[in-house]
Amino acid sequence: MTLATVLNSFRTQPDDRGHFGQFGGRYVAETLMPLVLDLEREYRAAQADPAFAAEFDDLLEHYVGRPSPLYFAPRLTEELGGAQVWLKRDELNHTGAHKINNCIGQILLAMRMGKTRIIAETGAGQHGVATATVCARFGLPCVIYMGATDVARQAPNVFRMKLLGAEVIPVTSGGATLKDAMNEGLRDWVANVHDTFYIIGTAAGPHPYPEMVRNFQSVIGKEARAQMLSRTGRLPDLLVACIGGGSNALGLFHPFLDDADVKMLGVEAAGHGLDGDEHAASLLGGSPGVLHGNRTYLLQDEDGQITEGHSISAGLDYPGIGPEHAWLKESGRVDYTAVTDDEALEGFQLLCRTEGIIPALEPAHAIAAVAKVAPTMPKDSIILMNLCGRGDKDIFTVAERLGVEL
Amino acid sequence: MINRLSTTFAQPRPALVCFITAGDGNTAANLDALVEGGADVIELGMPFTDPMADGPAIQSANLRSLGAGTTTADVLRYATDFRARHPDVPLVLMGYANPMVRRGPEWFADAAAQAGVDGVICVDIPPEEDDALGPALRERGIAPIRLATPTTDAARLPQVLAGSEGFLYYVSVAGITGKQQAVQASIEEAVARLKQSTDLPIAVGFGVRTPEQAAAIAKVADGVVVGSALVEICGEYGADAPAKLRELTSALAEAVHSAR
Repeated sequence: MTLATVLNSFRTQPDDRGHFGQFGGRYVAETLMPLVLDLEREYRAAQADPAFAAEFDDLLEHYVGRPSPLYFAPRLTEELGGAQVWLKRDELNHTGAHKINNCIGQILLAMRMGKTRIIAETGAGQHGVATATVCARFGLPCVIYMGATDVARQAPNVFRMKLLGAEVIPVTSGGATLKDAMNEGLRDWVANVHDTFYIIGTAAGPHPYPEMVRNFQSVIGKEARAQMLSRTGRLPDLLVACIGGGSNALGLFHPFLDDADVKMLGVEAAGHGLDGDEHAASLLGGSPGVLHGNRTYLLQDEDGQITEGHSISAGLDYPGIGPEHAWLKESGRVDYTAVTDDEALEGFQLLCRTEGIIPALEPAHAIAAVAKVAPTMPKDSIILMNLCGRGDKDIFTVAERLGVEL
Repeated sequence: MINRLSTTFAQPRPALVCFITAGDGNTAANLDALVEGGADVIELGMPFTDPMADGPAIQSANLRSLGAGTTTADVLRYATDFRARHPDVPLVLMGYANPMVRRGPEWFADAAAQAGVDGVICVDIPPEEDDALGPALRERGIAPIRLATPTTDAARLPQVLAGSEGFLYYVSVAGITGKQQAVQASIEEAVARLKQSTDLPIAVGFGVRTPEQAAAIAKVADGVVVGSALVEICGEYGADAPAKLRELTSALAEAVHSAR
């Protein structure tokens, strides 16, 4: 018997210690522990405060541009020849991705807690840009940690962050990518606990971050569920979303978790293939361990040393994953698959060509998965995919891979 | 529980606790130099790819060690060999959760016990997650050594102390390991506060680099922990580190042992 037939609800995680089954938790240094507990208390108070929700909703509507449209993709559907494909257009948000939903929520919480300085980590720069944006909006100083390797390959986003007033600090330790930026963020936080709020960009880290980020991002799924019911009178058959840390996928999935007839597919980055080491598929190619404050699936060697992820998409290039995904995988509620760099590039071009939408390389992985599964489904079935980011930031990477000189 | 740690801290003089990273240079020779210099307790760092509580010195040591191919088996072998050479010197493994729990807490606790390890400091397992490693260590007579910090308030302290064994490691600055130094008065106030709540020996570390600082702390604490200053010597002198380590350790030991 799988857990799916035993549980009354999949929407009650985590427990009061922040555990999603055996995953999650609060694996942080003692210096941070009181801060993490304080954050949880303040978040619970904010959750109970209608004024907090009202301000969050108001900013999402008038500053971010929500609700994002639910769009039926007719030519993509026709080309794939199976299920209807619907896109949740979170790439139309201010700053071009779903990241800003979470940043709005966390900066409101930071101000509620009286914090006067914001820090964040970023990989591709999308979360860094979203954090710098909300800091500019509310006039708070902002420090963004970014791996030196990523600073070099994401120059436009570095410039965006600087325009928005953020200080971008290149991190040279380790492999100088996202996980090293997160280490440096934690080091900053531990040294500046009195005035600093750490806006973590995905549904990972110590409790309550995974739950909190999921809840802020759940606006995606709540809107999509209502929009789908209103437009088609029914729920979708399958949800599809890409996964790095997993916040856009949880944001879409979570409001549907107890709709037993709605299947879900999370799409990891298979890089050059799951058979080698050059991928970022923590769930399909990793194993459970402890990193960055939570127990979850990690890319690691037999001694527990963390290995570098690889993906064409810098936003999926992280050797861990949010703990709720680890739990959803083990519970059997969500299926997970992986898509290679080459397949993602094809998905990227497919959406450009059929719908006139340039997707980010992250959701291009989801498109590639949709392209595989849609033809196997009946024409009256519905796939709902989260188009979580737009591709402006990626055109240089894509041009290089296609052998085009700009 | 009577073990090497309790025997050491039962002595009237304060203890010098010395940290180096395993696999960074000639570990056996470096450890011997610390003991010859007068270290009372050895903390052997287990290298990790992501040492998020450490400053640049110990981060670099971790990367040097891993770059040289150090494995968990190597770390345990350094411990086993150290125990054979120094039957009475307390040895503590210090590091991060993932390398410790990778093969399961029982596996690690068994291996540490067989290697003659007296205590384990795991930076990122707070009392709330004690189940991840603590019970396995206690069952085998290995002390789970907890950290208290400037942010550990009075309401939280009992939870930190419950299940702590060996000694209490007071992290004197809210920050990472390395050069930032705490104000002496704040250390004295903190140690006095901790002593009201526990009979465990209290060792103070983070930012302690010189014999003068060490002596001042040893006036009030049961132990003084020095790490980054020793690790920097390993990085700077490589194969020639033992003589320099012995020199600094001797000066620190003299200062600590004669502090009161």
